[in-house]
Amino acid sequence: MSTKRAKTTASVGSKGKDPKESESSAGSVAVHGHPDDICPLTLTSATQELFGCRYDGDVTRDNPYKILRKEDILQDLRNRAAVSDFSPVKQLVLAYPEDELLLVYDRDFIYGSSFYLVLTVEGKDRHLMPIVAEVGEEALEREPSDVFAAQKTPEPRPWISLGSEQEIEEESVTDSRPRLKCRISRVRRAFGAPVFFSDRNAAETKDGFIECTPYQDKIFSLKQMERHCGVQAIPNCNSSSTQTPWTYPKNMCTQYEPREFSKEEKENCLQSEELKHFISLAVSRLEVAIQQNEIADVFFDDWKALSEDDGGYAGKADSHLKEYQSFTDLHFSQEKTISNISWHPTISGVIAVAMTERLSFEDRINASTKLLLNPSLILFWSFSDPINPQLLLECPDDVFSFEFCPSDPNIIVGSCMNGQVVLWDISAHVERLQGTRSSGGKNIAINTNPLQVFEDTRDNETSVVRYCAVSSIEHGHKAPVTDIQWLPETFEVSRMGVPMENKSGMCVQIVTCAPDCCLMFWDIRAPRVAFQNMADQRKQKVEEKPLENPDGVPNTFKHLNLTWKPLFRVSLPKIDTSGEYSPLKFSLRDNTCDNHPGCSAERAHLNAELSEVAPEYSQLRVPSAKQHKPLKGISTKFYAGTEDGELVYTDWKLEKDDSGRLFSVKPSHRFTIHDGLVNTVRRSPFFKDIVLTVGGWTFAIWKEGVMNGPIIHSSCSQRKCTVGYWSQSRPAVFYIGKEDGNLEVWDLLEKTHEPSQTQNITTAPITCIKPWIISSKQHLLAVSDHLGTLHILEIPWTLRSPCSNEKLSVNKYFEKEVDRLVYFDKRREMRTKEKKNMDAEELRKKMEPNLQEKEEKQILEEAKKEYEDYLSLEKVILKDMGLLPDPDETAEI
Amino acid sequence: MCAEVEETLKRIQTHKGVIGTIVVNAEGIPIRTTLDNSTTVQYAGLLHQLTMKARSTVRDIDPQNDLTFLRIRSKKHEIMVAPDKEYMLIVIQNPSE
Repeated sequence: MSTKRAKTTASVGSKGKDPKESESSAGSVAVHGHPDDICPLTLTSATQELFGCRYDGDVTRDNPYKILRKEDILQDLRNRAAVSDFSPVKQLVLAYPEDELLLVYDRDFIYGSSFYLVLTVEGKDRHLMPIVAEVGEEALEREPSDVFAAQKTPEPRPWISLGSEQEIEEESVTDSRPRLKCRISRVRRAFGAPVFFSDRNAAETKDGFIECTPYQDKIFSLKQMERHCGVQAIPNCNSSSTQTPWTYPKNMCTQYEPREFSKEEKENCLQSEELKHFISLAVSRLEVAIQQNEIADVFFDDWKALSEDDGGYAGKADSHLKEYQSFTDLHFSQEKTISNISWHPTISGVIAVAMTERLSFEDRINASTKLLLNPSLILFWSFSDPINPQLLLECPDDVFSFEFCPSDPNIIVGSCMNGQVVLWDISAHVERLQGTRSSGGKNIAINTNPLQVFEDTRDNETSVVRYCAVSSIEHGHKAPVTDIQWLPETFEVSRMGVPMENKSGMCVQIVTCAPDCCLMFWDIRAPRVAFQNMADQRKQKVEEKPLENPDGVPNTFKHLNLTWKPLFRVSLPKIDTSGEYSPLKFSLRDNTCDNHPGCSAERAHLNAELSEVAPEYSQLRVPSAKQHKPLKGISTKFYAGTEDGELVYTDWKLEKDDSGRLFSVKPSHRFTIHDGLVNTVRRSPFFKDIVLTVGGWTFAIWKEGVMNGPIIHSSCSQRKCTVGYWSQSRPAVFYIGKEDGNLEVWDLLEKTHEPSQTQNITTAPITCIKPWIISSKQHLLAVSDHLGTLHILEIPWTLRSPCSNEKLSVNKYFEKEVDRLVYFDKRREMRTKEKKNMDAEELRKKMEPNLQEKEEKQILEEAKKEYEDYLSLEKVILKDMGLLPDPDETAEI
Repeated sequence: MCAEVEETLKRIQTHKGVIGTIVVNAEGIPIRTTLDNSTTVQYAGLLHQLTMKARSTVRDIDPQNDLTFLRIRSKKHEIMVAPDKEYMLIVIQNPSE
């Protein structure tokens, strides 16, 4: 019991801080060893029965509490006075404020008795409350208290010694006694006295020396059993090394090829049964799919096709060519006619016409002196100014044909009546031409500088540009040059006539033809080798004296002036007889004039690239034939229309004969078609092998390769056809100009026996027709007449937009015509054969008249016999039918 | 070479607008073709992969289903593929001709 008590006190002591301990801490430790508000009681069994708190009956270990009424206790006290068990607590019970007291069964005798009575209300409450959740409540009560304690900021508390300062005191060094002081002194006389040293043997006298013998001191062999050592815990350190490979990118390549079967394997596969089976299955599906595609073209755009058939709301009424503008110059066009028109390839709205005298040959000779004073001109018209031409090009003589260089529109080549070929360079005036077009008639756009306004008057005068080079007269043509064309920049021709690749990318070669029975090829670059030294010297001269420039002529072609010789010439010997054909117009297969419909954007782009660096023609040299590769795709054959109305098909490549001289080949084909001179030989811009020729009263369409004849030959019209040209946007349309000023529009898909429409433009014969595409909405047709007026007509929508599949239809039509020709030829052959046979038959028959007579008698006899046979047959039949009258019957009647 | 097979393939080839016919085995190696070698190999390789992909697509959606025919229509022409377990037949046709 005492130990228990001690435990409790010790536990109480250790948990001194916890205020909510068990009921024992609330009260101070009493002298008797139990708290004040509890009084141990020993209750006899009688009392127990009386109050209903018997051992292990009413009151058990688990339920040790019993509430007693105060009155009952007091009653008991009165009843049994001193014998009552409650007597020692009588006063306390009386003092108890409430009516009910708590009696606790103390089974373990904690307070010394089997029961104890709680004497205060607080005690009672304390007893009863913890019953509910004693253990849990304790813990719960402790936790919140801990939490509360932690959340509060720790306040500084006085230091409680726990014994650690003893160690520190032990370590520290302090004086254990006060420090001792010593003072040593001597007589002053003793300091600084001279000192006398002498020697003395140490072994002589005793105690002459003191010896310190070494001895082993045990102190130093002491092992230190304890030592203060500081320890710090660190993680394990381990040094080791690794080697890593350094990866870096490296270029690698692999080459692979697809897996393929060898031939035997393929054969094996093909033989296999599975393949057969598979094919039979698969093909059925495939055929369905293929046939679907064939039935209906899946790529056909119905919506687009629908729109074309409408034809715009303008309808048929608007198929008329409307007059857009007309140009006549009062000064320059009087008494003159226009021989040729050419649109400027890049500047839209600028057109050039060549004016020639309107005189016959005889008149020309008569008036030759006068003519020399009036120079012939090429006029440049711009749409912005219908009265004044923009530019005048001076020519040595009347120009029959001229062309702009396709790669450099500032170069113009023209062919004159006297057989010369002329070159102009208008680069100085191009801005003017461009400026007038954009500003629309007023020259304000050009002159922004106000001071130059005074020079306006000079600008308004048309400037005259002189030609910068003419061909040499001896080497040129001997007849008026009637046709001139540039070779495209894709190839050039060597001296032998072999087409080679053109590395310069510019048009540098020209072809001309004249009725002096030859075609000439010219090159605008300086000739090679033999003349190089002189050319160099001349070039140097030109460089030294740049001012030598008479009449403001640019030096572009100074290297050619008056010495220009053709590269080579092609003559056209007649096939059957001697003599030559005299060509008037020609058409090459790969030419530039006909093969770009209107203004091609690509060419303009190319030109834009090239024109930034104006080529120096004088620097260019004709290359040697070895430097460039010959091109194989270029056809060297061409058509030429002659003065006699024939169309000649020949090759321009020269051949070497036995003596090694170059000569021209005989033409392969010749067709006599037209009744007059051939004035037009033009290729269709859509089909490279379709050629239109116009001459006399008819026109004809040819297909290159079909040598039987023209695939279409028109009937003779009432008036002479003067000129023809294909439409640039519709493959089936072409224009024919007539002697009476009518312009006929032929549409091959509409009518082939007559023009689809005829329109009268002027009263004079039409001399030239040239269409041009300004924009997708505006197509213009330039028509010039014999009076020297240039008419610009606008092509209506019906004539400029092709109908759906027009090219295909036209192609088919031409093919049909070719078939027709072939068929006709075959039939002709057949007919001739038949005729021959028939003639032979007739001859044979005539040769045998005797035989016929002899046979006559035989024939008569045979005829008689036949008749008799017939009569007998008749009798037999009539008898069978019962129609034959019996001789007996008739006899009866 | 088996005559029947030859004849059938020729018949397909002579249909209007057919540009080429290729027979390919299960691995995409061409067995028989009417086009040039490089084109054939290219077509065979690419279409084989595409057919495999198409077939797997169809079967992913419904495992009971299978690809019977594949038609690819482009601007210029139409490619038709008839697949099978061991072989594949490819036909290129230009229907607008």
